[in-house]
Amino acid sequence: MAHPQPRIGVVTYPGSQDDRDALWALGALDAEAVPVWHGERLLPSLDAVVLPGGFSYGDYLRCGAIARFSRATAAVCEFAAAGGLVLGICNGFQILCEAGLLPGLLLQNESLRFVCRDVSLRVERSDTPFTARCSEGQMLTIPVKHGDGRYVAPPDLDPAQVVFRYRDNPNGSVDDIAGVCNEAGNVLGLMPHPEHAVDPLLGSADGALVLASLVESARDRALAAA
Amino acid sequence: MKATVLVRPKEGILDPQGEAVERALAHLGFAVSGARVGKVVDLEVSGDDEASARAQVEKMCEQLLANPLIESYEIELQT
Repeated sequence: MAHPQPRIGVVTYPGSQDDRDALWALGALDAEAVPVWHGERLLPSLDAVVLPGGFSYGDYLRCGAIARFSRATAAVCEFAAAGGLVLGICNGFQILCEAGLLPGLLLQNESLRFVCRDVSLRVERSDTPFTARCSEGQMLTIPVKHGDGRYVAPPDLDPAQVVFRYRDNPNGSVDDIAGVCNEAGNVLGLMPHPEHAVDPLLGSADGALVLASLVESARDRALAAA
Repeated sequence: MKATVLVRPKEGILDPQGEAVERALAHLGFAVSGARVGKVVDLEVSGDDEASARAQVEKMCEQLLANPLIESYEIELQT
């Protein structure tokens, strides 16, 4: 087969909302999208994992604080520790922060208001598995929809871990940060929703650049492992 | 044994909820400043030994109830 489809899992937690959109978008971008239930302690054979947006466990206590202890999250942590590609979108980003896979944390928007609109994002790095199809400095239009998106960085955050910045900060995030990766570069979290921007009919297809980068990187890994 | 955990936003962490509460209080005519909004978690911990109860609740705080990057916590035990 000249063109194998990489297998990309999307975890559904109780309260996830964007899991279906993520599955659909990955499928549209030529991946085999695999639903993963939060109760699964072992992941099926996958080339990448996406933690989708939503309100896992009702956002009780802190966003992502309870999802962090689910069985699938433990499996995702092991997958990431072994170098696997993990993308967290919105609530998925919050879960990755609570789980310690990404630095920092996301708090209530400075405005105390839920924001739901397209934002302009600057790509700060194009050398990650999630942005390979973008160029550095490129502006992307991708929607946000969150009440708790204000990024708080740890004092020792390496600026090189910032992958996306807002042009007009919608939530009071420190240093306009919209997305960060871990030191190794195999885990990325961002508040905007690339899975909601993969078709021009929906206002922008810029999110497809991010997800297609992930699909391509996952495919490269699948081929390298074969 | 009853335990109460107070979780506060750490100093230096922006607390827009506290600011909104402060503005509302000022609107009511109260001269206040420095309002911060945190959380209270009431628990019933098994056992009667205060030291072991405190140790248990501290573990709970570190693992779940507070996130050290943004929050500090205080434990009160009622015997």
